[in-house]
Amino acid sequence: MQTYKLMVNGQAREVSVDPGTPLLWVLREELKMTGTKYGCGISACGACTVHLAGVATRSCVVPVSLIGDRPIVTIEAIGQDRVGRVVQDAWVAEDVVQCGYCQSGQIMSAVALLKIRRNPSDADIEESMGGNICRCGTYVRIRKAIKAASQQLA
Amino acid sequence: MAYSHTIHGSSAVLILIACLGWSSTRSLTQDNSQEAGSTKREAGLAAWQQVYSVLTYPRCINCHTATNYPQQGDDRHPHLFNVHRGPGGKGVPALNCTTCHQSANADSTGVPGAYNWHLAPLSMKWQDTNDNILPSTEVCRSLTDRSKNGSLDGPGILRHHQQEPLVLWAFQPGRRRDGTERSLPPLTHEQFVAATRIWVEAGTPCP
Amino acid sequence: MATTGMLNSKSALSRRSFLRVSATAAGGLIVSLYFDFPLLAQAPQAKTYPPDAFVHIQREGKIVIQVNRLEFGQGVQTALPVLLADEMDADWSQVIAELAPAADVYKDPVFGIQMVGGSGSIAHSFQQYRELGAKTRAMLVAAAAQQWKVPAAQCRTEASVVHGPGGRSAKYGDLADAAAHVPVPENVALKNASEFKLIGKDTRRLDSRVKCDGSLKFGLDLDLPGMKVALVAHPPIFGGTPKSIDDKEARSIPNVMDVFEIPTISQGTAIVVVADKFWTAKQARDRLAIDWGFSRIEPADTAQLRAKYKELARTPGSVAVSRGDLSVLEGISAANRIEAEYEFPYLAHAPMEPLNTTVRFDGDHAEVWAGSQFQTIDQMAIAQTLGLKPEQVTFHTEMAGGGFGRRATPDSHVQREAAAIAKHCRGIPVKLIWTREDDVQGGYYRPMHAHRIEVGIGADGMPAAWRHVIVGQSIGAGTPFASFLIKNGVDETAVEGVADNPYEIPNFSVSAHHPTVNVPVLWWRSVGHTHTAFVMETLVDELATRAATDPVAYRQKLLKPEAKKIRGVIDLMDEKSAPWRNHLAEGHAAGVACHEAFGTSVACAVDVSIENKRPKIHRATVAVDCGTAVNPLTVESQFQAGLSFGVSQLMAKGAITFKNGHPEQNNFDGYTPPYIVDAPVDVDVHIVPSTETPSGCGEPPVPVISPAVVNALFRLTGKRYRTLPLLSL
Repeated sequence: MQTYKLMVNGQAREVSVDPGTPLLWVLREELKMTGTKYGCGISACGACTVHLAGVATRSCVVPVSLIGDRPIVTIEAIGQDRVGRVVQDAWVAEDVVQCGYCQSGQIMSAVALLKIRRNPSDADIEESMGGNICRCGTYVRIRKAIKAASQQLA
Repeated sequence: MAYSHTIHGSSAVLILIACLGWSSTRSLTQDNSQEAGSTKREAGLAAWQQVYSVLTYPRCINCHTATNYPQQGDDRHPHLFNVHRGPGGKGVPALNCTTCHQSANADSTGVPGAYNWHLAPLSMKWQDTNDNILPSTEVCRSLTDRSKNGSLDGPGILRHHQQEPLVLWAFQPGRRRDGTERSLPPLTHEQFVAATRIWVEAGTPCP
Repeated sequence: MATTGMLNSKSALSRRSFLRVSATAAGGLIVSLYFDFPLLAQAPQAKTYPPDAFVHIQREGKIVIQVNRLEFGQGVQTALPVLLADEMDADWSQVIAELAPAADVYKDPVFGIQMVGGSGSIAHSFQQYRELGAKTRAMLVAAAAQQWKVPAAQCRTEASVVHGPGGRSAKYGDLADAAAHVPVPENVALKNASEFKLIGKDTRRLDSRVKCDGSLKFGLDLDLPGMKVALVAHPPIFGGTPKSIDDKEARSIPNVMDVFEIPTISQGTAIVVVADKFWTAKQARDRLAIDWGFSRIEPADTAQLRAKYKELARTPGSVAVSRGDLSVLEGISAANRIEAEYEFPYLAHAPMEPLNTTVRFDGDHAEVWAGSQFQTIDQMAIAQTLGLKPEQVTFHTEMAGGGFGRRATPDSHVQREAAAIAKHCRGIPVKLIWTREDDVQGGYYRPMHAHRIEVGIGADGMPAAWRHVIVGQSIGAGTPFASFLIKNGVDETAVEGVADNPYEIPNFSVSAHHPTVNVPVLWWRSVGHTHTAFVMETLVDELATRAATDPVAYRQKLLKPEAKKIRGVIDLMDEKSAPWRNHLAEGHAAGVACHEAFGTSVACAVDVSIENKRPKIHRATVAVDCGTAVNPLTVESQFQAGLSFGVSQLMAKGAITFKNGHPEQNNFDGYTPPYIVDAPVDVDVHIVPSTETPSGCGEPPVPVISPAVVNALFRLTGKRYRTLPLLSL
């Protein structure tokens, strides 16, 4: 067990866990923040995506010991960011979700894309969202929502 | 992979010979310089083969691809999860290398890591676009081409082999998620550096 | 008609009125209307609805509607309230939907159990929810009419307001108390389609926002005071038992509560680790050293099964359908015969939210939280495991992250595990989690299948004779559904889509073999249609090619005259896709397929090219006839996404294969579902206008995409693909 000071959504939090504990489980079980999801545990699906120092990161494979002082932003707070809010609104307007379980990760990935590429092409979208699994298959509407968000942000 | 653990023994012998050769050439007169030079070249070429055996080992060559994707594993399959090279070899927005790979190995989750995890540039590809390993001559030529290798001279290449975190990683590649250790290149890092030095000091000869 | 008034007069400020109506003569329909007033006390309002309430009108106007089945993506949590709210003339912006707990009143009116599956939600509850809404409205109107002393017929309703003569009006929330004292009407008139305000219009999902901001809790997200987490080490081969267990290392990890054995229903004996948190439990489970025994178990092996199934398919099985005279085949020359063998692998459902159930057992009562497709059955199984009566088990339905059939298990195996664990940990709520590895390796797959078909082609290019043998494990065998599904030795779910196909084939027989294999199997979204549609639509395509006829025209010619619905969607698909089908880009080809499943007819055209040695689906045009489309937005969404789900069958790594009794895949790296690059880029959906009773849209999208794509691929490569998944082109 070790104590770690983490900056989560702008708040300083302290946890005492085994150093190898993935950030995902620190968020979900130590900090009771369940918006970030467990889908596979091997970084294959993206449901666990958070932003770590602004970089879209798969929290299921990052042990808490490697975080350091990099700020963490999760789905619970991404709406406070302008791009995040626009993406969430687009997701709702385009009726993207079905079961919704993958969507935290999809949104966090989409926000990361739009922050870097304000007007992504079809190829950009396919590449950047290419590692997020939606088992229900909402990909058609995900594409639409990203384009709608992009237009809103223009 | 033809090389095995017996390399370690023979490379030690080779280094010894090379050292002997070096010290003996120092004591020769000008008349013997060409002969000494060719021995040095031979030693350099032999050292190059050793370097090549490491460069083309999965731990290194998996990131020296000719394609828009890295490779994974000892079988060098294309990296799973639709990971792409991206313009700077660091992935694409939202799916960067550092989306998963941190600055150190994550043994508890099986993801390898080192500082600034990214792909070698396409100029440093050591495979063809069908994922076949390029022959020794070709790899040697591009490695020593300053327009391709980031302007490195011989000592620069040696320093790269000595110090670059991603190179060091190859020799401490961490555990997979099933708990097994990733397999190691045919030389230790020290042996790799030593072979590089011989090759560099021989003027980085290519076969 | 039984009326129970329950006036809780603890405080003058907090009164509750409760009205309950018994079942109608038709059975299965109990209208329970329950009107409440908000407690003015500071304590958070407990969820105190009696289990048989459907509508709760709050004083401030919020209308809480209980949904009688699991929401796991298909949109029923919005569509069923739409039905009720429309008939009720409710203000839609005030509607809140909740997933009803397990209770008799929430049973599916047709199947008689609380469940979701068979694409039956809207179809079966269409009338039910509309009547609930209409009766509620009638009671609100009666209450207003009484207050105003005017005839009810002079009142009208709109957006949660009753309007009376002379400009009088009253809000539903204000009328709720009075309405509780009004007798529930026996009969109500339902709206005509022309009067619909919500039904038939695009209605956005009620659960969107909370699924986009991380606030919605799925079953896996549940947190209760004192809760522990359990992981189960299952035998690597189904039915195994541990010969020896070394749990010393596991137990030495801090906060590991216990390690113990439980029996499982199909897996054998399993070892449970209970710990404070998931990661702890995982570390402990990883450190268990278990020596498993597998006596008297025949280990499944894909290579062996393939050979066995192929051989079986060459022999006649139990007859499902037989008409005409199949000996006609012998008289048809080889040049006019097709002999085709098809193979299909085991498929895992792999819903995004891994399976989980939380149970707390208190001795004479249990409380359960689960995203279950089968609440009645699961509740009974848990009660049985705990030695309780079902009514002693409070069963909360949690929102689930997908299911596709995986959460509807007749043997309730996961719930039984959770109950056994709760029994051992009496008094402590324990959340059982199946990791993704447990899920991919845990069985309950879409069965492996082999088909063998002999077709004799007539002089007119149409099939004159068709002999079809299907081999695959029976999904119904050994379950409470066996007598319902298995007739004359044939499991209906293995032959649906072939036995009842809409094509005019005079001499036709379908028979089936159901081998016993040590692999639990289950229905996978669209069940038998997953493989039968593939066979039908690729073979018909082949026949069309042989007859040098356009595939759409060939189907139109081959369809039985009475197959009007499917003909209608083929025509609509043809019309909507012709513009692009006739202007394909270089290196692109079109493929078509049509299929009817669960009462819904679908036709699909796809535009496909080959990129990176895989099929790239640029576009799909889909036509669908599902009767009344209650929420066209849901229908469109289900088809756009359902096609993407259907692509699962084509993925190179879309198969569970067995070696030495054990699945070779264990996570998404080995068993890979479609990513965005694999799914169609663009899907346009066209709904046939209809006022018929609705039929389902959950499963019908799935069967058509694989044959459509493969039919397109034929035009690019010249190959017919008869083995799934597509390993190479």
